[in-house]
Amino acid sequence: MAFYRSHVLVCGGTGCTSSGCQKVQEALATSLKREGLDKEVAVVQTGCFGFCRLGPIVIVYPEGAFYTQVKPEDVPDIVTEHLIKGKLVERLLFKEEMHEKPVSLYGDIDFYKKQHRIALRNCGAINPEKIGEYFAVDGYQALAKVLHTMTPQEVIDTIKASGLRGRGGGGFLTGAKWEFAARAVGDKKYVVCNADEGDPGAFMDRSVLEGDPHTVLEAMAIAGYAIGASQGYIYVRAEYPIAVERLRTAIAQAREEGMLGENIFNKGFSFDIELRLGSGAFVCGEETALLASVEGKRGMPRPRPPFPAVKGLLGCPTIINNVETLANIPPIILKGVEWFTSIGTERSKGTKVFALAGKINNTGLVEVPMGTTLREIIYDIGGGLPGGKTFKAAQTGGPSGGCIPVQYLDIPIDYDSLAEIGSMMGSGGLIVMDETSCMVDIAKFFLEFTQDESCGKCTPCREGTRQMLEILKRITGGQGKPGDIELLEDLAETIKAASLCGLGQTAPNPVLSTLRYFREEYEAHINEKRCPAGVCQALLNYRIEPEKCKGCGLCAKECPVGAITGERKSPFVLDAGKCIKCGACVAKCPFKAISR
Amino acid sequence: MSERDEIRRKELDEVIEHYRGQEGGLIPVLQKAQEIYGYLPEVVQERIARGLNVPLSDVYGVATFYSLFSLKPVGDYKIGICMGTACYVKGAADIVDRVGSELGIKVNETTADGRFTLEVTRCIGACGLAPVLTVNKDVYGRLIPDEIPGILSKYKDM
Repeated sequence: MAFYRSHVLVCGGTGCTSSGCQKVQEALATSLKREGLDKEVAVVQTGCFGFCRLGPIVIVYPEGAFYTQVKPEDVPDIVTEHLIKGKLVERLLFKEEMHEKPVSLYGDIDFYKKQHRIALRNCGAINPEKIGEYFAVDGYQALAKVLHTMTPQEVIDTIKASGLRGRGGGGFLTGAKWEFAARAVGDKKYVVCNADEGDPGAFMDRSVLEGDPHTVLEAMAIAGYAIGASQGYIYVRAEYPIAVERLRTAIAQAREEGMLGENIFNKGFSFDIELRLGSGAFVCGEETALLASVEGKRGMPRPRPPFPAVKGLLGCPTIINNVETLANIPPIILKGVEWFTSIGTERSKGTKVFALAGKINNTGLVEVPMGTTLREIIYDIGGGLPGGKTFKAAQTGGPSGGCIPVQYLDIPIDYDSLAEIGSMMGSGGLIVMDETSCMVDIAKFFLEFTQDESCGKCTPCREGTRQMLEILKRITGGQGKPGDIELLEDLAETIKAASLCGLGQTAPNPVLSTLRYFREEYEAHINEKRCPAGVCQALLNYRIEPEKCKGCGLCAKECPVGAITGERKSPFVLDAGKCIKCGACVAKCPFKAISR
Repeated sequence: MSERDEIRRKELDEVIEHYRGQEGGLIPVLQKAQEIYGYLPEVVQERIARGLNVPLSDVYGVATFYSLFSLKPVGDYKIGICMGTACYVKGAADIVDRVGSELGIKVNETTADGRFTLEVTRCIGACGLAPVLTVNKDVYGRLIPDEIPGILSKYKDM
């Protein structure tokens, strides 16, 4: 076996790929070859490190030097300075917003210090395209342990005792689901992995699939053994081409190594996995709709019961688990229930991965113990908001969730606490908003989404979301009337009560939660025809404040319709009749003299 | 029938043959057919219906249900602007406007020369790079509207 003195890890997730990591990796390979170091230093393409803001990211081990935004032209420095002379390339090291000196080592970065990585344990640490690297981090050990030493019931008992709850949104106890399917009668049973991560703003499942695909395969095989299934399907979004490719590679390698297929570990257990690609329908994240789609039909939900655990794919008992849930299974089997239950809160065990995005410095993926506060996630790990802006709300749970206002920054986050304050865990998307985000506009954004994605089966969802959207469009367009808020609330109740599936039942949540915490913003739109955040164009009134204007004339030059006039060195004037509210003048004004 | 048509039809028939009789084969067949033809014209849907022995109404029903299937021809370069939440709060709407005005088309339209189609897409999961657009398989992140002409020009001359 080849032995290398250094390993250079290059992130190959979707984020870094679009930031150009491929060229960096090629440059490293050529440069190492030229220096004759290619037998001493290995270049490894890994999955996502989670710190997407600063891609492409390169980590050099054994030191753990963390280089960010590396370009191909930086590669010679890394090779000659770091790998030949043994000196850190200071200018490429990560710099913390708060500190002056660059942080050199991976483990010292605030972004990683407070994290506890279970589901993401291998993301960014191994090459996802080589099964050998997964073996090296105890890969398929859990499957071996299960097949050699445990009965199916013992596996189910272990997962039940761990308290693991579904990470895809529902929060249902995973072990209980497995038990239902195990007890259900049927010649054939199925394990389905829900990798249809449609919740906008959530990308942890994509990261696991791209960075550690074998963990999903291993967990599915364990689930298959527990419930007595020999076939699995992974339903993955076609919008994730890298994930699809890596899954294909992983399945082929697992078959070759005997981790999938007939008679695994000679224990008489057979299990195989096929991929099914989603074709762009958010509702297919709902389990019965997903099954219809795997069967090749329109992805429309059906009433439950019967639950899929009893009557699922092709009428057979089926369990459907989300990617992040599955990624927790092998560590629970290997490290035990006691270890897992020591992490998290009383009713939510383990960790949760959040996708930080929006108005926050450190966008990316973070995995923290359940019960961590929003403040820790946003400020300690996320590095706070950029540009000195103030926190207004965090949106969790995507189109099914809600907005959490500033007064709840310190509640420990778990499934139950989020539900109590009118939001939900959902799949873990966490979008930070500042004072320039309009809450009515955000509610409208989500209603546009759910209205478009409603499959049309239930009238309250199909027609009700459309009516709610019409009202929100009117309010943001300056045509709001008294009574609109009450009408929204009324519609919301009906849609929640009378829709068949989770999409409809939760579709009004973004409106209800913003009404709960930001009602005055709705009232300002309706009664005063004013958008306090300055987002809703129809409600903006641009005006030049004469006391601030220095008369430079930049705004007049920028204005596309000639609405601004004046003499240089004296205050300019904006003609509201001509103004098209494009905002070009505001962006140009160096003195912030234009208000809206 | 032109030679190109014949090759494509042969490819399609092979795909149909592979999935015939398989449970849930219709969606993979439609996905592959769209890869071959770029979209799903009526004749292709008819051929799939006959080949898989399913009613044409089922084929049409599935093809119109999922947003990734297109019944209209699309341009050589499909520009997808992500409208996920993160991209939205970071100004994806301005990116849509700029691409639209640069190309002179609206969302879901194709330029007269058949080069570009403009679409808004669901979250592609590159939220850390918001706002994001894709041109076929290339991804561009952390965009500002003024970068759009430069990106488009790369494809205009290709």
